[in-house]
Amino acid sequence: MRARLTIRAFPVLVVLAWLAATMTALPAVAQSVAITGGKVFPVSGPPIDNATVLIIDGKITAVGSNVAVPAGTARIDARGHWVTPGLINASTRLGLVEIAMVDDTNDASARGDRQVSAGFRSWEGLNPASVLWGPARNAGITSVVSLPGGGLIGGQAALVDTMDTGRPGLVRKAPVAMVANFGEPAAGGTQARGELLMRLRELFDDARVFAARREAFENAGTRAFAVGRVHLEALAAVLAGRMPMLASADRATDIEAALDLAAEYKFRVIIQGGAEAWQVADRLAKSGVPVLTGALDSIPASFASLGARQENAAILRKAGVPVVLIAEQGETFRARTLRQHAGNAVAYGLPWDDALRAVTLAPAEVFGVADSVGSLQAGRDGNVVVWDGDPFEFATRATHVLIRGRDARTASREELLIERYKKRDAPRTP
Amino acid sequence: MRKNLGFAVVVSAGIAAAMGAVDPTLLAQQAPATSAQPAPAVSKPDPPRPAGPGGSYKPNDDPFPSTYKAPPSRPFAIRNATVMTAAGPSIRNGIVIVRDGRIVAVGTNVPIPADAAVVDGTGKFVTPGVIDVHSHLGVYAAPGGIALSDGNEATNPTTPQVWAEHSVWPQDPQFPRDLAGGVTTLQALPGSANLIGGRGVVLKVVPARTVQEMKFPGAKYGLKMACGENPKRVYEQRGPSTRMGNLAGYRDAWIKAERYRRKWDQWLAEPKGDPPDRDLAMDTLAEVLRGNMLVQVHCYRADEMAQMIDVAKEFGYSIRSFHHGIEAYKIADLLAREGISASVWADWGAFKMEAIDPVMANAAMVHAAGARAVIHSDDASGSQRLNQEASKALAAGRAAGIALTEDDAVKWFTANAAWTLGLEDRIGTIEPGKNADLVLWSASPFSVYARAEKVWIDGALRFDRLAPDEWWRTDFELGFVPHVQKGRQ
Repeated sequence: MRARLTIRAFPVLVVLAWLAATMTALPAVAQSVAITGGKVFPVSGPPIDNATVLIIDGKITAVGSNVAVPAGTARIDARGHWVTPGLINASTRLGLVEIAMVDDTNDASARGDRQVSAGFRSWEGLNPASVLWGPARNAGITSVVSLPGGGLIGGQAALVDTMDTGRPGLVRKAPVAMVANFGEPAAGGTQARGELLMRLRELFDDARVFAARREAFENAGTRAFAVGRVHLEALAAVLAGRMPMLASADRATDIEAALDLAAEYKFRVIIQGGAEAWQVADRLAKSGVPVLTGALDSIPASFASLGARQENAAILRKAGVPVVLIAEQGETFRARTLRQHAGNAVAYGLPWDDALRAVTLAPAEVFGVADSVGSLQAGRDGNVVVWDGDPFEFATRATHVLIRGRDARTASREELLIERYKKRDAPRTP
Repeated sequence: MRKNLGFAVVVSAGIAAAMGAVDPTLLAQQAPATSAQPAPAVSKPDPPRPAGPGGSYKPNDDPFPSTYKAPPSRPFAIRNATVMTAAGPSIRNGIVIVRDGRIVAVGTNVPIPADAAVVDGTGKFVTPGVIDVHSHLGVYAAPGGIALSDGNEATNPTTPQVWAEHSVWPQDPQFPRDLAGGVTTLQALPGSANLIGGRGVVLKVVPARTVQEMKFPGAKYGLKMACGENPKRVYEQRGPSTRMGNLAGYRDAWIKAERYRRKWDQWLAEPKGDPPDRDLAMDTLAEVLRGNMLVQVHCYRADEMAQMIDVAKEFGYSIRSFHHGIEAYKIADLLAREGISASVWADWGAFKMEAIDPVMANAAMVHAAGARAVIHSDDASGSQRLNQEASKALAAGRAAGIALTEDDAVKWFTANAAWTLGLEDRIGTIEPGKNADLVLWSASPFSVYARAEKVWIDGALRFDRLAPDEWWRTDFELGFVPHVQKGRQ
């Protein structure tokens, strides 16, 4: 009997709440700096030419063309440059996967319980020393959602800053979503789409009963559930509205199934992947369900994504769907290609301002951190990037990447290798 | 193939075993032989059929000849465009004249013939057709799955006897998407499960019913070899299971091949008595030793590339290109000295141990050392945007302090790729006499916003972004893939 083996959940909840509070409250080393003279894209409002972004103690205190800079404040001269919020890649495995094919650098997939890992808090294994933070950061990405995956319910995701400090400093909010598979029956341990949905319903039903009859459960007075306590606990949090379900689905019918289940069990859902989301754009818009999608996908790469097209983001946005651009699902090394996706989305019809929103404020809103990042406004954290041109162009470089006001650019491993091998006459081995 | 290779292999083998037990196709084929037919009244013995040429063998045999023909096209001129020739500096306000499928004139002061259709290139850019030297289109066709997984004959670590063209599915919907990305020529290669994976084939990216209709006439075959982790992982149980095992495997194959080549060349010079036994695997390797094929080696690490160069020297063949070459920048001087191109990504790596040292400036550093850099894809999506990958490598090279122009970088997906395929006399640059494989870009191909607007192959317009009703749709797409016509945004 599963119920007999469980311990009381109350302390776990307390610990969870404490962790959440601690994680959002811990300030990193903060700085004060004025970014002056640039073309500023607050995203929350229209662009401002020749404007100043003032950051005091890691927080933005003013944005505008007439901002008084306190004497002695460090300055970044951004004349001729573009200033944007730090980019957010909402679908990565940064910090969870270092080298995909080296098992002991992989902490993104849990073994789980019959393909269900709802209780898996992936960020607890986050590696702040990953060499992949640097390249993402240097590409202007200041926050990412780092998510688990695999099975039917992959586990819980966190939104983390790409700063090279210890783990508590990295995690901005956790959990931000429960990752679930709505589109790949085989990966979910099932054989048919209907069976996949059957299992999901079974889980939600169990989580409902578990939450409602908690005391009976502790006294072994409930029926046997499909999965163990930690997973039911976490699923109950989804049903209680404490975190959204991040549903991977490409086929239009799979997306609709996710919408149906969300309506039936009254949980908030976000679609990830969404190759055919454009086919159900109106319904997504009506339900206000956001879609996380890349912009390079044009290939009918499986029978579940026959309708893949690069206009996806543009069509969704036009219909009124909150669009979040990602660089494919769960990227690690290539998480840094986010701005290429944004540029390509523009080439395929997404207005430029919407593309910038889709990699800044939109993901911040979707994952509940818009009060601290995603836009340049007083009161937000100083996650700001200065670019020497259009951020989506390949020739453009991020000249400054600030996280909470601190310049977070570092020599990446890649840059160290280039330095070593550029010096052709230098001895290469000791 | 980079990912899930081991998985694909295991599942395929399982299916093959299951098929072997009861194969309904075989039963159906055997049925007519057992059915009783009335015997004809008078039976005349058939005249003896002449033996097909397959019983014997000679260098440069072409048993699956190309049947590609460029459709007739009227002469045309692109004018007022920035012409990136890949053979010299860009020509602003340039004119390109095409007649009978060839480029006949390029410049600023070129008279436009009276019978030429005129394409206005104002504000636009022209490059040679994009060439992808490392593709698995057709052999790992969409929509994927075991049924279309035809790229790795992972039943033996040495399979020079297999030819990628025999796996190519011309209805792969990835082909038209590559064309829309400006790709006019690609090399479809076997995968990298094997030490020697088989023959690659050079294809034109055109609608076709048969692979022969896509084959680039006269193109040399490529031999796919692979270093490092993939072979030793796939054959862990039977061997090779180590890098030293890999090296022994190559050398063993070449020792046999050299003996085979000598025997056959002697017989061909003096055909007395029965020919030597024919061996498909050895045919291919002997062709490499005769210099009739180009060796394309999948190899990530610098140290392994250096060893592969030594193996080539030991047996007297040369390597044309190292593919993936994550660490090419570490031995760029060696590649320059040996005349080997580095076919690399700009922005891929870290997915396995032998790929942990990628630098975006790889192509730029190779170029700076005087070797030929090529941007390749190994990926059906990346193949559609080789210009964007080159743009990344260019920007990274400049950031690393290397003096580079866009005219240098355009060669990475055109001229240097043509050389890698041995087709530098026919494609890869915009010069009089070259095939009229051209791309008209809506903006500089180094901009993220640029899209291929028109794509010509041998002077025939094969893709016009402004005419969606005319776009090539493979048979597969009919019914399966929603057809979005003029409503495209």
